[in-house]
Amino acid sequence: MIMAFDERSRQIRKTIIKIMECSKRGHLGSAFSLVEILRVLYDDILKYDVRNLKLPDRDRFILSKGHGCLALYAILADKGFFPEPELWKFCQPDSFLGGHPEHRIPGVEISTGSLGHGLPIGVGMALNARYEKSPYRTFVVIGDGEANEGSIWEAALCAGKHRLSNLIVIMDYNKYQSYGSTAEVLDLEPLADKWRSFNFAVQEVDGHDVQALKAVFSGLPLNADKPTAVICHTMKGKGVRFAEGNMDWHHKSGLTGDDIKQLLRAVEDY
Amino acid sequence: MRKTVLEMVYELAKKDKRIFFIGSDLGKGTMDEFKNDFPDRFFMEGVSEQNLIGMAAGLAMEGKIVYVNTIATFLTRRCFEQTVVDLCLHNLPVRLIGNGGGVVYAPLGPTHDAIEDIAIMRAIPNMTVIAPADAEEMRRMMPLTVDYPGPIYIRLAKGGDPIVTEDVKFEIGKAIPVKEGKDALIITTGITLGLAQAASDMLEAESIRAAILHVPTIKPLDSRQIISSVKKAPVAVAVEEHSVIGGLGSAVAELIAEASLHKKFRRIGIPDAFPDQYGSQSSLMQRYGITAERIVEEIRKMRM
Repeated sequence: MIMAFDERSRQIRKTIIKIMECSKRGHLGSAFSLVEILRVLYDDILKYDVRNLKLPDRDRFILSKGHGCLALYAILADKGFFPEPELWKFCQPDSFLGGHPEHRIPGVEISTGSLGHGLPIGVGMALNARYEKSPYRTFVVIGDGEANEGSIWEAALCAGKHRLSNLIVIMDYNKYQSYGSTAEVLDLEPLADKWRSFNFAVQEVDGHDVQALKAVFSGLPLNADKPTAVICHTMKGKGVRFAEGNMDWHHKSGLTGDDIKQLLRAVEDY
Repeated sequence: MRKTVLEMVYELAKKDKRIFFIGSDLGKGTMDEFKNDFPDRFFMEGVSEQNLIGMAAGLAMEGKIVYVNTIATFLTRRCFEQTVVDLCLHNLPVRLIGNGGGVVYAPLGPTHDAIEDIAIMRAIPNMTVIAPADAEEMRRMMPLTVDYPGPIYIRLAKGGDPIVTEDVKFEIGKAIPVKEGKDALIITTGITLGLAQAASDMLEAESIRAAILHVPTIKPLDSRQIISSVKKAPVAVAVEEHSVIGGLGSAVAELIAEASLHKKFRRIGIPDAFPDQYGSQSSLMQRYGITAERIVEEIRKMRM
């Protein structure tokens, strides 16, 4: 099933490819599956102020699957968190944009890269909001491979126990990790049942359907007494036909000028 | 010491609403007073050390000062990456209180013997490492942990340990010259201060005057004071209830070597092996020669 692909989805992917043109490397597949999730959050859902990054009531956003950072960088620049030319310095010695996001980047709350760290930290932030009676919500985007980590499930137990309805876990369920499919490597199914059994309210959605994502994210929390898990069914490498579900594109290095042209054309033609 | 440190967390929390407490699965009744008086700042979150540290980091990012307590081995080994990435990389004010530093849990075996906690905590950028000698020193130290920047690892001894410190001002990062003496120097951390005092008394009987330098803060290390004390003594020995790799002895050896002091120096500590006996803290320390008698013997040998 291919959802209609609009100009904004195409543009963000082209920006990601341009970033990779500078570094000749990056986690393309892992970023492309995230694009619609992030654009909907930053366009329509998250509360933030680019002129006041420490706004106390801002929603906290954590990209726990830090290797998806190219999509985040493209969107943060687009939203004005930092000037666009910073993107073209990706992975250069003097850049603040590296292969995993760091908390010194304007708009990035925490450094991630090692998997399984974002959700426990998000639990702490959500508990703080409850203690301070602050309206901010904490959104944590995790990967499916990331859910192999025991720390994710320790944090899930804790969030469920505390009924953290101000905590939203969004899973980019693109069905592939580095070695192969999640089903082969370490199967997560039955995934929705797992989250439910950890006392989360669960919603599954097509993670590339902008309208459907908006509808789910606008209706949070799903249950006023439970944390939320939104399982986004996505496709690794979404937007480039030859990269979709193709493990060669989980991470690429040594990209040539021709590769870049081919990628841009593929997004254009999608 | 354990009772004192938790009492101090409670006392500090009474005065400062930023102070939170997180435990794992501590003994029944632990911190009941704190829990009753400040239920919304008290968390007992089960045997889930990775989550405890991440959660503490999340709270600290929001301006809280978080004291986390569990057994030292679990607090240092199990969640090491959370400590490195969540706490130290973000340089957050989380205080890790490790029960049973060294071989306190001897009867429970090698899974519970914290023989390398100082070494691994010391190796992480931004981490401060403190091992007080007794409950009174703990009482003087704890108020300073409230506003001290960055994460701190606080190594606890057994509890009911003899009071061996005098009521001198405590400063994080400062070594404490406990006794002057021109013939030898004994450098200690944690409870080995008591052993050094006994050794110094024994040496006194042989007319050997041994100075004692107590180093409760192992990181940041008071290099200036240590070098100055070592310079004044012909021989020096570092004593710790910890592996000889990476702890106080290693840190001092590095200083001595780089300052080109050319002194006779010995490390007394746990050898590079897992404990293979149960018994008690005291019997394991005997086995490893972490005793006043051994300090005397090493100093005698170096003076020959």
